Amino acid sequence: MAQISLRQVEKRFGEFQAVQPVDLTINDGEFVVLLGPSGCGKTTTLRMISGLEAVTSGRIVIGDKDVTWMHPSDRDIAFVFQLYALYPHISVRKNITFPLEAQKVDKATIKKRLSMVTDLLRIQHLLRQRPGNLSGGDKQRVALARALVRQPAAFLMDEPLGALDADFRETMRAEIKRLHIQQGATTVYVTHDQIEAMAMGDRIVVMSAAVVQQVGTPADVYYNPANLFVARFIGSPGMNLISGKYADGIAHLPGNNRLNVPEPWRKSISNQLTGDDIMLGFRPEAARINGQGALRAEVYASDLHGAYNMIHLSLDEEQDEAMAHVRSSRGLNLAIGDQAAFDLDPEMIRFFDPHTESAVVLEA
Amino acid sequence: MTTVALKNITKRFRSVTALDDVSFSVHDGEFFVLLGPTGAGKTTTLRLIAGLEKQDKGHIYFDDEQIDTMTPAQRDVAMVFQQYSLYPNMTVFDNLAFPLRSPMHRLAEDEIKERIAETTKILHIHHLLERKTAHLSGGEMQRVTIGRAIVREPRVFLMDEPLSNLDAKLREALRVELEHIQKTQGGTTIFVTHDQVEALTLADRIAVLNEGKLVQIGTATDIYDRPASIFVAQLVGTPRINLLPAGRENGHLHIENSLLHLPQAKNNIDLPPTFTLGVRPEDIQPNENGQFPGRVSLIEPLGVETVLHIQVGEQTLISLVSGMARLDIGDEVMFDIAQDRLHFFGHDGFRVDVAKDEQS
Repeated sequence: MAQISLRQVEKRFGEFQAVQPVDLTINDGEFVVLLGPSGCGKTTTLRMISGLEAVTSGRIVIGDKDVTWMHPSDRDIAFVFQLYALYPHISVRKNITFPLEAQKVDKATIKKRLSMVTDLLRIQHLLRQRPGNLSGGDKQRVALARALVRQPAAFLMDEPLGALDADFRETMRAEIKRLHIQQGATTVYVTHDQIEAMAMGDRIVVMSAAVVQQVGTPADVYYNPANLFVARFIGSPGMNLISGKYADGIAHLPGNNRLNVPEPWRKSISNQLTGDDIMLGFRPEAARINGQGALRAEVYASDLHGAYNMIHLSLDEEQDEAMAHVRSSRGLNLAIGDQAAFDLDPEMIRFFDPHTESAVVLEA
Repeated sequence: MTTVALKNITKRFRSVTALDDVSFSVHDGEFFVLLGPTGAGKTTTLRLIAGLEKQDKGHIYFDDEQIDTMTPAQRDVAMVFQQYSLYPNMTVFDNLAFPLRSPMHRLAEDEIKERIAETTKILHIHHLLERKTAHLSGGEMQRVTIGRAIVREPRVFLMDEPLSNLDAKLREALRVELEHIQKTQGGTTIFVTHDQVEALTLADRIAVLNEGKLVQIGTATDIYDRPASIFVAQLVGTPRINLLPAGRENGHLHIENSLLHLPQAKNNIDLPPTFTLGVRPEDIQPNENGQFPGRVSLIEPLGVETVLHIQVGEQTLISLVSGMARLDIGDEVMFDIAQDRLHFFGHDGFRVDVAKDEQS
């Protein structure tokens, strides 16, 4: 297996900048997810690593080889697409062993590797069938088996679960991750689904508008988003973001609410804000509705999500944006129009500069 | 507004029975959701109520009045579809005014203005009135489409997956707004979706359909806490409910291929010898002093919560815990199962109810 390095890798299509220069090192055995909305450059980045797309500038190194100008087939990688890309007219067995036969691998090795991947993916019983007769999930397993059997230096996966229905995505998500843990193969995985990225990635590369917004572990991007884009994109719903003004340790928020900014943040805010505009950020589980809460709002809607309730609060009905979504236990039942008071877990409060869109970083 | 009742509705398309003897009533002002997978008969039900299809058997009533022979226009319903059915070359204002200027519902221009002003304020589209709809984003177009239904003040709103073409964040935002609008305006609404989150969050009551049959009707809490069958249990909740083959054994409930023995409460002595045990992931919680041992086989951190796969014998249980779990793959854990929240299903797939009051 191998490390993958991107050094100032950039892609332009004529005038259009598809990927701004990016530096990224994917460690040997790591599972890295490229995450972002459609058009953000994540698939283009993956295609440059695979060699299906040429870089406009920069270098790509896999292991100790500079592969920037190598043909895809010389890069020792396996690509798994959203579409199953199986040969419909030959058996599952043949579909899986075909890449090995093309590489002239000897028969005994082929047999050994075939039995290993079919055990791993539990598809022994499908070997004689043709892909056309298989369910979506089984097809995806066969496609994975075909990638695995080659034992490449790295796996590149482009929304491999995109075509599956929701239930099955959950199952396959766990299965691919389990496979990764057993095999330890360096993997770059593209998705637009933040839940998938969080669940699977050792690290996540969040992209938007051709620019890498943040690289971090799931905990990093969830708890400490680098900017407003990441704060909104990660989480379901995203981070609550409330605009206000900052002065003398107090954030003045809509609805005449005042938040006493925790002492450790004050110096960092003063140093980093470009004006007096501030944006308070907190995750839905960071707020606790209780009678004595320091912040006041009106219940806009309240609904059951199965295991928990979500209370949607309006801090100021004149401002559409002044909404907070609060996760609460199922015991808490509030009606639309009720007044609610809430507190925030001081450990989970974050601040952003609305002009630069960057997070305020807590200084030591 | 209006109550809606379907009585013994059957609808066939050639040899396919799309709806099979379906009956339900929707209360005045209720948000009623039809939930089911593709092909369940949800859209057909909606089209029958709208008068776009004619049932083969049964009757439909609005406020106790049989409307079977009424045309769609006479029924005075407003439909909102997945696709935005707007006139692209008209302004938002003219799109909204269009149904109010039609010969059947003609209103004075003053009143049209007033209604549009009110509706667009609710939907946060008042700043778009002079814009041509072709220049709007997907979310704005769907707001205008919903606005065009609201502005008419119809007897019944019929909505067919109106949010499903929007991206996840927009869908979430508009869902909450729709909930607020419906609950504060109180129009009788029948809403079709295959998305269980939409159903749970929006509905006063949910009707679950499968292959043309009505499977269960109840509040979101009923459907989630007391699913009538394995089908319904799997349809709601993410991650999916754990379904484990189990049996009675020496006064215990034994989960097959595991070492799990749950104490059998007095109240479930009526259980068949073998059955399917359903346990929601949030009802399995690791706990230092927990009752059962297992091994963590996979961890999926989602931010607000973490999905843990816990291996017990040959069974893997899915557990949902708050926040980021401080566990590693391979860790031995002790865990508890909330024994007052177990679901029992017989061989026919239907719920076997155990009397709660007898619980010791």
